[in-house]
Amino acid sequence: MNKLKYVIKNLFLTIISLISIFPFYWMITGVTNESKDITMGKLTFGTSLFKNVKNAFGHAELWRAFLNSAMLAIVIVVLSLLVCSIAGYAFVIFPSKGKNILFFVIIASMMIPFAAKIIPMFRMFSGLKLLNNYLAIILPAIGSPFLIFFFKQNTHSYPVETIQAARVDGLNEFQIFINIYEPMMKSTYAAAGIFAFMASWNNYMWPLIALQDNSKFTLPLVVSSLAAEFTPDYGMIMVGILLSTIPVVIVFFVLQKSFVEGMVGSVK
Amino acid sequence: MIKKKRYALNGWSMVLAASVLVLVFSYIPMIWAFILSLQTGKGANLAFSGFANYERLLKDTAFWTAIGNTLLYALIHIPIMLIMALIVAVLLNDSKLKLRGFYRTCIFLPCVTSLVSYSILFKNIFGIDGIVNQVLLKCNAIDQAMPFLLDDKWAKLVIIVALIWRYSGYYMIFYLSALQNIDKSVYEAAEVDGCSFFQSFFKITVPLLKPIVYLTSIMALNSTLQLFDEVVNLTNGGPGNATRTISQYIYDLSFNYVPSYGYSAAVSYVVLVLVVILTVIQERITGEKNE
Repeated sequence: MNKLKYVIKNLFLTIISLISIFPFYWMITGVTNESKDITMGKLTFGTSLFKNVKNAFGHAELWRAFLNSAMLAIVIVVLSLLVCSIAGYAFVIFPSKGKNILFFVIIASMMIPFAAKIIPMFRMFSGLKLLNNYLAIILPAIGSPFLIFFFKQNTHSYPVETIQAARVDGLNEFQIFINIYEPMMKSTYAAAGIFAFMASWNNYMWPLIALQDNSKFTLPLVVSSLAAEFTPDYGMIMVGILLSTIPVVIVFFVLQKSFVEGMVGSVK
Repeated sequence: MIKKKRYALNGWSMVLAASVLVLVFSYIPMIWAFILSLQTGKGANLAFSGFANYERLLKDTAFWTAIGNTLLYALIHIPIMLIMALIVAVLLNDSKLKLRGFYRTCIFLPCVTSLVSYSILFKNIFGIDGIVNQVLLKCNAIDQAMPFLLDDKWAKLVIIVALIWRYSGYYMIFYLSALQNIDKSVYEAAEVDGCSFFQSFFKITVPLLKPIVYLTSIMALNSTLQLFDEVVNLTNGGPGNATRTISQYIYDLSFNYVPSYGYSAAVSYVVLVLVVILTVIQERITGEKNE
């Protein structure tokens, strides 16, 4: 009876796993096939890999979009981790009535749908002459209510004694944050880093509005516009899709262990 | 006294940057959007007109279709997805399971795809000549290829399937992390007392996971009400208006049609109110005793 249960359990999980990874198989075989074969649902590997890659990097300039996206993601991850972690830390370590209200106001802003902000933000940045400038993408992405919440949540389990000990040793509050807190919270930073990276890497609606020059486009914009062409070249598109998936897979696998630890800390 | 002041100063200076950024990029646009929603006119030529935009809303069928679609996606996809995520998490939270790390990675993997990318993959997979149709034809389940993305109901279903595929693993990780925080001895004690698997699931697991179920349902609701990337790239709102979401409608009103900023601001305000109301309702239902 128990054995049967075990088999059913594994069977169920295997089916779910297969469904989960099928589209990955699809994109990997896709890069090696002709556009026509991809639309016809060809499931085996083909011979058009080099042609597709050549087209993608030549004709569509996917390479530039990839570098643009990567550059933006790195800047946004570094800045937002810095700004949000110190805020999340201070909300726990220096509690006060005013800060509780401020924290509530910040969290409540998560309810504002992005679409509700696009017109004022568009006019704000066009007034500042910053449309088509990467600052328009970077600035709104730094202060993330979710990351502030995430760091605050994780700081609750942080041992406060270490801070008192450091104060006795004469470190100032910023030194304590940088030299004591940050090294101890590596897994929280790793998990938050994954969230920040994915948010920036996937960002679609706002860059679509704020960026106008093809040369400034990010990867999602280019991939999306390739797929919206009248006769889309799916071989080339698959290269773009693979290119937009690989970095996230790498980031995730490198940080996987810390990611799981950081997540466990946040739902305590 | 001086020390206390310096202490307070330190605290505030640390939250300053993040708070200013959040306030500038969420509350200022929100107030601005409200002012815009009271104005009418084309492009930048705007004049105050009271609640004219809100009156126009009531008669706008495209608006009601978009609202209806968005709510339909939320209503169908969120419960299925969260229950799936919970079941998978409970199954994976078993140290006797040999391939548990492998399953976990596979099931989480969809979350690493970019939203635009997986939407295009699904568009391709569910195309007229796509692999789903090929398989169904081979199995003789259908006589001729199904136009999944060209039919009102099927197109909606494809979007829901895509959403479940993409996000179940994400929420599964939240549940799995929470389950790992539950003391194993609770289950052992229950087993000794003769609790079945289902009894301990409903009597122990579900109540202990309540806060996290609440959190994830809020997150899922919030992201579904803002659905944009998937619909734009999978169906582009079509056929006709059949799959258009409210975010997409706001975008179209502002940037694709003759720009009517005032009216689209009014639409976006309705969404904001909707999000707040639904969040409060959800809190009443799932979060009663959550600190």
